[in-house]
Amino acid sequence: MSEEVTAEILTTHILDLAAEGKRLDGRGPDEYRPVSVEPGFVVTADGSALARIGETAVLAGIKLEPGKPFPDTPNAGVLTTNAELIPLSSPIFEPGPPQPGAIEVSRVVDRAIRAAETVDLTRLVVTPGEKTWVCYVDMHVLDHGGNLIDTACLAAVTALAHATVPAKRFEVGESDYPLDVQHLPIECTFVRLGDAIVVDPTFEEEQAGQGRLTVATDETGRVVAMQKGLVGAFSPDDVKDVVRRALAHGDRLRAIARGGPG
Amino acid sequence: MGSVGAKDVPVLLSPEGLRIDGRHLDELRPLAIRAGALHHADGSAFVEWGANKVMAAVYGPREVHPRHLQQNNKAVIQCKYNMAAFSVDERKRPGLDRRSQEISKVIAEAFESVVFVEEFPRTSIDIYIEVLQANAGTRCAGVVAASVALADAGIPMVDLLPAVAVGKVAGQIALDLKKEEDNFGEADLPMALVPQSGRLVLLQMEGHMTPEELGRSLDLGVKGCRDIYERMKAALRARYAAPAPGGAA
Amino acid sequence: MSRDHRPGHRRRGREGAPSHPSGDRVLVLPGEELPSHGLKPGPGTYRVGGKVYASVLGLYSPRPPLARVVPLSGRYLPKPDDVVLGTVTDVQGTFWLLDIGAPRWAPLHMTGTPWNIEVGETERFLKVGDAVVVRVESLDATGRIGVSMQGEGLGKLDGGTIVRIAPARVGRVVGRNGSMIQTILNHTGVRMTVGQNGRIWVDGPAESVARVVQVLRLIDDEGMRPGLTEQVESYLASTDPTDARGPIGPGRAEPLDLDGPRAAGPSTDPPEDRGGP
Repeated sequence: MSEEVTAEILTTHILDLAAEGKRLDGRGPDEYRPVSVEPGFVVTADGSALARIGETAVLAGIKLEPGKPFPDTPNAGVLTTNAELIPLSSPIFEPGPPQPGAIEVSRVVDRAIRAAETVDLTRLVVTPGEKTWVCYVDMHVLDHGGNLIDTACLAAVTALAHATVPAKRFEVGESDYPLDVQHLPIECTFVRLGDAIVVDPTFEEEQAGQGRLTVATDETGRVVAMQKGLVGAFSPDDVKDVVRRALAHGDRLRAIARGGPG
Repeated sequence: MGSVGAKDVPVLLSPEGLRIDGRHLDELRPLAIRAGALHHADGSAFVEWGANKVMAAVYGPREVHPRHLQQNNKAVIQCKYNMAAFSVDERKRPGLDRRSQEISKVIAEAFESVVFVEEFPRTSIDIYIEVLQANAGTRCAGVVAASVALADAGIPMVDLLPAVAVGKVAGQIALDLKKEEDNFGEADLPMALVPQSGRLVLLQMEGHMTPEELGRSLDLGVKGCRDIYERMKAALRARYAAPAPGGAA
Repeated sequence: MSRDHRPGHRRRGREGAPSHPSGDRVLVLPGEELPSHGLKPGPGTYRVGGKVYASVLGLYSPRPPLARVVPLSGRYLPKPDDVVLGTVTDVQGTFWLLDIGAPRWAPLHMTGTPWNIEVGETERFLKVGDAVVVRVESLDATGRIGVSMQGEGLGKLDGGTIVRIAPARVGRVVGRNGSMIQTILNHTGVRMTVGQNGRIWVDGPAESVARVVQVLRLIDDEGMRPGLTEQVESYLASTDPTDARGPIGPGRAEPLDLDGPRAAGPSTDPPEDRGGP
């Protein structure tokens, strides 16, 4: 159970500001907080990245291990994603089984990675039907300041983009080689505050939000995932406008994922 | 502990008395501590120790969840030590495991021995230790990180708790084992010291030693703890001391 | 704990650590021996074997006959007569539970309000999420915090916004003899209620409120730094009342902030619509 109750005065204030195109921290409706990534943060992983958006931080680690393909897809490798909303990151989380929020973050990031074919699963197969690489994407939220989806996806995608297949260590090949990453999906999340739709919500803005919309895009301009969350509604025109904005932000964040300090 | 005599046992001690990473027997691995590493915890610390990367956060004192754990006359200390799936060479499945549960308990008891829990009846002080990258000595790194996080959170305590593991490699007593030494050595002794009283509040041993070796190990560990203690204090001072006049905050 | 106005609400009170011959106002850490010279162990200290030690991280600030350490961090610790701002987190038949940022929630009994309330009607008067100003009346041995909403300046808050700063910083916001808060009020014409628990209510015209919020963040971060009062005054007197960012924009450097060469600050207008794939 949460010990965080947001004062209604604050929620009202956030909505009043939004009606004037303003936000608590002085950003405009279409501004992200400062974004950064640090690839290679964890050397025990086959790929990793610490992503920060404002005061939110998520660490993603990639582990590749030999395993068996699923029986109904003998020619495809296996990719699984998992997000941990650990209590370390916020007063609102408790230890225990995954909460709906964690499951949603995992699945929304997973869908974006899969639909964009970030990793070509057929290229993970070693022997069809028998042996394949299993790619684990584990995301650990370390600091929760709002907008976990965008931060987790950025961490995961950056980690994948800098990952190495440990072929030599598992005696599957002569030497390790970079994981072949074809596409880089980026998720962009927006919340409705009254009539305004603002990008990259802080925790307080999520609490005040009347609907949340996440759009994932890749570098070819495709939309590869969408998720509407919180309680509230968006018109089709709202959605189109959000998609346009997400494409632009996606390009910028993707450049950071590719070229982050390492 | 690994089996001595396996074909790929590394050379743990050179003829000159240098360890696998070039250290002397009484040398610590490089240690960096940053207090206040997180924005949303009441107190936090990030420790990089050798190849370990450990984050600790403290929340509290705060209301107890679940309620039935509440104590009428003091705060309860709840500690959760966890290793991230990607923190070790072979991926660790997320979720509780017995090793982590034991470590959590041992660490909670260590802190309960130094925190003034009677000052906050019916509350909980929650300690979360997350191992992001592991290379032996993670529970000691966790204690160090959690101790700094508790101070950062303003929790009243007898003292900070430096911790270190002493072991036996190639027959010699060595301070602060790294992974290969832990895997292929003969003993591993993690401990945590209350510098103010000179007493230990965490002490475990895996492996075997003679009583004489154990005595020397304790002495070496205490010395190592006192060194670590100074670094913990320095990390807290760095966070709370005034910025230089005219300089950036 | 109610989420208030700022990113990173867990601010620390950063203080100078000057040396003083008597040891006053020196930063001390848990376990450090204090130069107590026969003083008795007071708040933030403990005694063992005739010596007095610090128990919390804070400033050594003796008040004879007591040795005392004033914490620089941590949750608000209530004292009787403190006026604090709280948020209602739970409603029961005869009382509400308030989050005042202390280790425990504070029950406000229906008889501790100026209203005439029947049992079971409590929700009509205060509901979850409402913000109130109350006074701490009592603390008992089990940590139970008694509060009351009867008295001048106490009651339910409406409008405005709530800013949160470290409790250790409240003294700076008020200033010596109220000088800092007077400066703020004189320049901006807002209404303010400063809670000892570090929660501050501000109400007034939007631009003025935004500027006061910036000032409060500045004080929270900069604390003892010389020239703070002048900096606040010059900011408040500046001719750009609509610059809500003030001296601090989003994303100041923070501990572990990893702004690398590719980190992007606030964006300008998004680029033109992209072409097709």
